[in-house]
Amino acid sequence: MSERELTMAEALNEALHGEMERDPGVFVVGEDIAQIGGLFQVTAGLLDKYGPQRVIDAPISEAGQVGAGVGAALVGCRPVVELQIADFVTLTMDQLVNHAAKWRYMSGGKVTVPFVLRGAVSSGIGMAGQHSQTLEAWFVHAPGLVVIMPSTPYDAKGLLTAAIRDDNPVVFLEKRLLYSRRGPVPEGDYTVPIGVADIKREGTDVTVACYSQGVHLALQAGRQLAEQGIELEIVDLRTLKPLDIETLGNSVRKTGRLVVVSEGARAGGVASEIVARIVDEAYDSLRTAPVRVTAKDTPIPYAAQLERAVMPQVDDLVAAVTGMLEPVAGS
Amino acid sequence: MTSASVVGAATLEELLLRMWRIRAFEIRAMELFEEKLIRGSVHPYIGMEAIAVGVCAALRPDDFITSTHRGHGHCVAKGLDLRRMMAEIIGREDGYCRGRGGSMHITAIEQGMLGADAIVAGSSALAVGAAHGLRLQGRDSVVVCFFGDGAANQGILHEACNLAAVLSAQVIFVCENNEWAISTPASASTRIANIAIRAEGYGFPGVVADGNDVEEMRAVTEAALVRARAGDGPTLIEAKSYRITAHSAATKVDLRPAEELDAWRARDPILQLSRKLVESGVDEARIGEIEAQARADVADAVEFALASPRPDPGAATEDVYAPADWNVLERLS
Repeated sequence: MSERELTMAEALNEALHGEMERDPGVFVVGEDIAQIGGLFQVTAGLLDKYGPQRVIDAPISEAGQVGAGVGAALVGCRPVVELQIADFVTLTMDQLVNHAAKWRYMSGGKVTVPFVLRGAVSSGIGMAGQHSQTLEAWFVHAPGLVVIMPSTPYDAKGLLTAAIRDDNPVVFLEKRLLYSRRGPVPEGDYTVPIGVADIKREGTDVTVACYSQGVHLALQAGRQLAEQGIELEIVDLRTLKPLDIETLGNSVRKTGRLVVVSEGARAGGVASEIVARIVDEAYDSLRTAPVRVTAKDTPIPYAAQLERAVMPQVDDLVAAVTGMLEPVAGS
Repeated sequence: MTSASVVGAATLEELLLRMWRIRAFEIRAMELFEEKLIRGSVHPYIGMEAIAVGVCAALRPDDFITSTHRGHGHCVAKGLDLRRMMAEIIGREDGYCRGRGGSMHITAIEQGMLGADAIVAGSSALAVGAAHGLRLQGRDSVVVCFFGDGAANQGILHEACNLAAVLSAQVIFVCENNEWAISTPASASTRIANIAIRAEGYGFPGVVADGNDVEEMRAVTEAALVRARAGDGPTLIEAKSYRITAHSAATKVDLRPAEELDAWRARDPILQLSRKLVESGVDEARIGEIEAQARADVADAVEFALASPRPDPGAATEDVYAPADWNVLERLS
């Protein structure tokens, strides 16, 4: 039986269709998402099926959209707000951090905010400084938010479905370069559990913790390194908060080495947090110091050569792995 | 105002009691702050009682409000329990938010209180979204968003008003213009005399009302409710009023001129309503009883609050997240 393949954009679209069909409280809001189905077609076909009350082409008011999402969630709906470009989250931070993330806690646990904020992370294609940031660390640092970054169409559909059904505010970041990447996606309804990592490649020498585009860098590095007899174990975290430290810790206990790949800036980044967590959980298993492969601490430049120079590349990961294996190569 | 006449004397007495409850509550809260039983701050609603009481008197129990850092008055007017309010601002387990929110974050969605919001203008977009959500659920409940003159210059309010207009959301924006944003007079923050005229820029009606006249506040709200429930969209009501007290119980410097304060004290909404009741034949003694009852209700609330247990420090990390499969598994450490 041949497996059906979809792009990640199509997979996300199926998740939205499925949840809007299943739950009349689900509605979607964003810029250019209704009539043209979104710049990346993730919301295609929803307007025709569910009408303008539930599929809303909103004014360019990102903070207003996010705040409205929180309010609708408070009265029992399950809004999904799309940020056309994830960087526009900067305009919404008060509504996201001071409202979505905290309303439950500040109420003494009486209310829930089932709200999803989706955004397209658009680095790697020359969109320059204000359209190319990878900002997940900000959300991991805001207690109350769930943070998800899928790497495959299968995970994207299952995780978005799970995110919409979850009673917590979720920041769901989709790498734009992955929208067109194809992969097997089952028909119908399924969820991928939040907070559960997935081992995308088994190996014995080095654990690579990664997510989103980083998983594809790691898989490519894994193929190259396998030719030299080095076997990477690739742990796709899928969810950054909650973090599946158990799966990652078990892998590090097996390999004794950790490289973390993140396209976010280096200082105060998710990679730093993951290294710290592994030091907490599995220090005794580490045979070498963990290594971070991240973007550099710069704004994202426009020209292709410059953007490549600041974003983590497959070669950087290969060099990190071979570098950490060198001291034991002659033993 | 057109429908003010339908408010009979008995109802006016009830409105006076609500206004007195707010005032008595705030007076005690300021004392408790001085006695260091309340942490942080208290932002008294004294002098503005007619706004919340008038607006909420027009609402149904299934209508909603959002509130501000100066939110106690809205809560009392919406019918929240003084005991649980006081327990909250003293930081006790029986408080509306179990001591997690405090004075600026009282939330009671089951009573139509979506939450007090200490980010100025922060709840405006929430109100619009809640209103849209209610429409999707087939309900004609309306959401009232209270905010101040200071909030009128925040960007999010602009976004919220415009979004409410394009969605024809069943929301009422109530701008409580109390003349001062801490130390900055409204006249230094805007070149317009009436914030209500901004509504025209969004394509919905803006009304200026006497925020010290509880009957007028109720009447303008009734008109806005009819419009909202009919699906005709929002209204902006600007309630002209004044806060008699300084910005907060913690405020050290108050720049407001004495003559200005005195002029507004003479227009005290409780005095005005009391005078009106007496003129209509209500006994002076009855007015005194209403005040005494309000003070007794607040004394009871304080007693309840002080007897309520302090929160368990071991529970401080609970309720950051709603129950979920991953949360039950305690994967988030």
